[in-house]
Amino acid sequence: MSINKEKDFGTPASTSENMVTLEIDGFQVTAPAGTSVMRAAASIGIEIPKLCATDSIEPFGSCRLCLVQIEGARGLPASCTTPVAEGLKIVTQNKKLADVRRGVMELYISDHPLDCLTCSANGDCELQDMAGTVGLREVRYNPVETHLNAVKDQSNPYFSFDPSKCIVCSRCVRACEETQGTFALTIDGRGFDSKVSPSQNQPFLDSECVSCGACVQACPTATLMEKSVIDNGQPEHAIVTTCAYCGVGCSFRAEMKGEQVIRMVPAKDGKANHGHSCVKGRFAFGYATHKDRITKPMIRASIKDAWKEVSWEEAISYAASELKRIQAKYGKDSIGGITSSRCTNEETYLVQKLIRAGFGNNNVDTCARVCHSPTGYGLKQTFGEASGTQDFDSVMKADVIMVIGANPTDGHPVFGSQMKKRLRQGAKLIVVDPREIDLVKTPHVKASHHLKLRPGTNVAMINALAHVVVTENLLDEGFVNERCDVAAYNKWKTFIADERHSPEASESVTGIPASELRAAARLYASAKNGAIYYGLGVTEHSQGSTTVIGIANLAMATGNLGHDGAGVNPLRGQNNVQGSCDMGSFPHEFPGYRHVSDPTTHQLFENAWQTELSNEPGLRIPNMFEAALDKSFMGLYCEGEDIAQSDPDIKHVHAALRAMECVIVQDIFLNETAKFAHVFLPGSSFLEKNGTFTNAERRISPVRKVMSPLAGYQDWEVTQMLANAMGYPMNYSHPSEIMDEIARLTPSFAGVSYEKIERLGSVQWPCNDEAPEGTPIMHTEHFLRDNGKGLFMLTEFVPTTERVNAKFPLILTTGRILSQYNVGAQTRRTENVAWHSEDRLEIHPHDAEDRGVNTGDWVGIKSRAGETVLRALVTDRVQPGVVYTTFHFPESGANVITTDNSDWATNCPEYKVTAVQITKVSQPSEWQQQYSAFSEEQLELLEQGIGND
Amino acid sequence: MKIERLIKMANDIGNFFNSEPDKEIAAEGIKNHILRSWDPRMRKSIIAYCQEDGAELNDLVKAAISKLPA
Repeated sequence: MSINKEKDFGTPASTSENMVTLEIDGFQVTAPAGTSVMRAAASIGIEIPKLCATDSIEPFGSCRLCLVQIEGARGLPASCTTPVAEGLKIVTQNKKLADVRRGVMELYISDHPLDCLTCSANGDCELQDMAGTVGLREVRYNPVETHLNAVKDQSNPYFSFDPSKCIVCSRCVRACEETQGTFALTIDGRGFDSKVSPSQNQPFLDSECVSCGACVQACPTATLMEKSVIDNGQPEHAIVTTCAYCGVGCSFRAEMKGEQVIRMVPAKDGKANHGHSCVKGRFAFGYATHKDRITKPMIRASIKDAWKEVSWEEAISYAASELKRIQAKYGKDSIGGITSSRCTNEETYLVQKLIRAGFGNNNVDTCARVCHSPTGYGLKQTFGEASGTQDFDSVMKADVIMVIGANPTDGHPVFGSQMKKRLRQGAKLIVVDPREIDLVKTPHVKASHHLKLRPGTNVAMINALAHVVVTENLLDEGFVNERCDVAAYNKWKTFIADERHSPEASESVTGIPASELRAAARLYASAKNGAIYYGLGVTEHSQGSTTVIGIANLAMATGNLGHDGAGVNPLRGQNNVQGSCDMGSFPHEFPGYRHVSDPTTHQLFENAWQTELSNEPGLRIPNMFEAALDKSFMGLYCEGEDIAQSDPDIKHVHAALRAMECVIVQDIFLNETAKFAHVFLPGSSFLEKNGTFTNAERRISPVRKVMSPLAGYQDWEVTQMLANAMGYPMNYSHPSEIMDEIARLTPSFAGVSYEKIERLGSVQWPCNDEAPEGTPIMHTEHFLRDNGKGLFMLTEFVPTTERVNAKFPLILTTGRILSQYNVGAQTRRTENVAWHSEDRLEIHPHDAEDRGVNTGDWVGIKSRAGETVLRALVTDRVQPGVVYTTFHFPESGANVITTDNSDWATNCPEYKVTAVQITKVSQPSEWQQQYSAFSEEQLELLEQGIGND
Repeated sequence: MKIERLIKMANDIGNFFNSEPDKEIAAEGIKNHILRSWDPRMRKSIIAYCQEDGAELNDLVKAAISKLPA
């Protein structure tokens, strides 16, 4: 194996369809108009020396190394900034050019440390390469002043900044601007004093830098360098795989030394990320080898007992015998399982298969229950398919972008950067969010409208937008008549035109000024391409599904579907939310979203799996908890999910887990749920297994094993062992065989195979005979409902029962932050805690003043469900009457206070609306004290068990 | 299963379908939603509650549940 460096063409590709032909060093080359001479030359293998150019950013023309001679032209133009033109004759190498380049390099090297042999970039340094390329043999200058003693900035936990090695090529500055869109870096000073400066000459960690790594990636020297490379040396081989964090699903090169990951580098040809990354995917992979990893199976009879390390055979045998015992005692339907969006498609498919075929019931659910299940319901009802409609690149054609209840720069940072790029190009932005998220006002981006609604009023807001579209005749009735169910549309049109849905009537409910909402509706409806992106601020409500349906109605009414630049796009929280849902993780649906009672589908799976299957829906996760307390659900197989932290009304969840007789947890850490478990099956991280993830744009991307599983088995192998022990035979030898089975049984995956994924890099479903290489944009000709027509549905606003009153006068809403991920099990075990080491409660200055609260104070947050304590952060990002927190740390107990209210259609919890009161306190809540004691006791029981055999 | 929880779930479903002007269609929608997404033990409990008392259920929901197969 080798590191196989990605080719750098020097400047970005041109998308022009006009081709021009020219001659470079005697060779004819044809390239799209707008291509640089440098890139055209690179395309035929002629490498023109360069330093300030790289193909991820626009050319700059500062280093003067890439000069060329053009027949008939004066001077020596820079090839990076000179576009190709018909008939040009270009010379890239002659004595004159060589002399100039050597002179340029001599100047650079005169102010550069000559420590190549001990430099961290040795072997991967463009400056070193160019010195060799131009034949630099001596440096005649002896400068009086240099930068050689410039002080290093080591503040960032993941990379160092050594200004003594900086050649001020501005690649880092431009990457921060063009690729990331943060504008945290600048060149400060002039002439000799010019230097790269984070924010106002601050250390990187204290600056606006978001640690995405784009600057490190762009740096041609060792100036910006990963500390992991400084510590371990250059990697020696690379394997392309897919990030295990958010739903963007970035493609990465895992650059390795043996089985050690040295660094994760975003893949330039990754179709979801185009060579970009965020602080999590780029740097926060250390959790995979964290000391907390548990690598041996463990069992215990009671959660009061010490764990006992056992062999895999004993653990699997014990787990199966317990599950069988419970079924014998309480009935076939008394056990079930939970799949996770952090696991691969093949793993989730196998778990649901084990439950349906091996357990003999449909008690399988997934963590999408608590995030995007309303998306699945709402989009399936209206469009006929439970997925977003576009690819990410579609945003680059959008004229108006509406972001509802999502925070892309924190939650989906790489897509957030792409969106910001489009906004800097001139697209208009509407933000619908109770908080002032970064997108509302960020460098060179300002939302045209920020609809700062009250939490819990999404449906009133979306109805009001639609009301304006209908009553001001901003409709695309051509689209509606051709593509939608017209009878349902007419019924909806009458419904939505009613005065009760007007912006004026709903203003007192939503808090959005009617004129602002009208203007936003007009802007969206008048766009040639209007795109909606939404997140959990839409779904995690008692009317989550209704809002999804309302969004679909709005997009259909304005014809914003079926073409590039438009669409309805759920931003999925975790890496494989889409995939875990596709794979049949819901209790009522087989893979491909087909109901378990559908006779044809039922027969298909019975034949394929060679066993009798139930045609009744199983229990959803919250139903499992209820049934556990009712003693009708007593055994759980939970793979990769942490329900004891992530689910709402956590005291209720803990009580349910305590009530079960056998909880089997398969995970890489002893997570919160495992503290209630009787069997622990050590899992494998995404670096230790083969499989696929499906991102928010339905892109199926490869996950490749780059190191051996620390516990000896990949997760799918563990599920297979459990199935066999349960008496249901499984004999897969590789995940590709599981995917082949998925393809055989699922029409939208019929054309998917590992061979195709290998060949194309990734593929977007539907992938079948109609679309052999996948489907970037859905519903281009017809919707996927049985009659091919989009369905308008009525969306009455029903206020949540969770309301403020004198006792609970504030509304708590929750979200995530850039540096942490979900329940934090991964990111808390990385250096990302440098940015966020605790969850805080954001509170508006008015509300804080009323309560005598200052930033940093401990505050008690009490709801109808419970009480917890966090430190306060006083900020006007939140509006008066609303408080906000993240949920990345178990000790925060954010879900102690969330209630059991849930979406009417899917039981997705209403995380986003909890009525609370805030008071200044001096000690943790009673729950926190109890949980801390319980947690310590469990860690002690773990310590007692380790190495006891 | 706590019946209070199931009553709330059923009424929440009813609230969505209640905006349908044709109440026959609305009841059918509620029935189908419960039939397609509730585990049998949940359906059994709500049917039993509806038959025995049903006081906490909305009228439309009651009509829908009465159509559910036992």
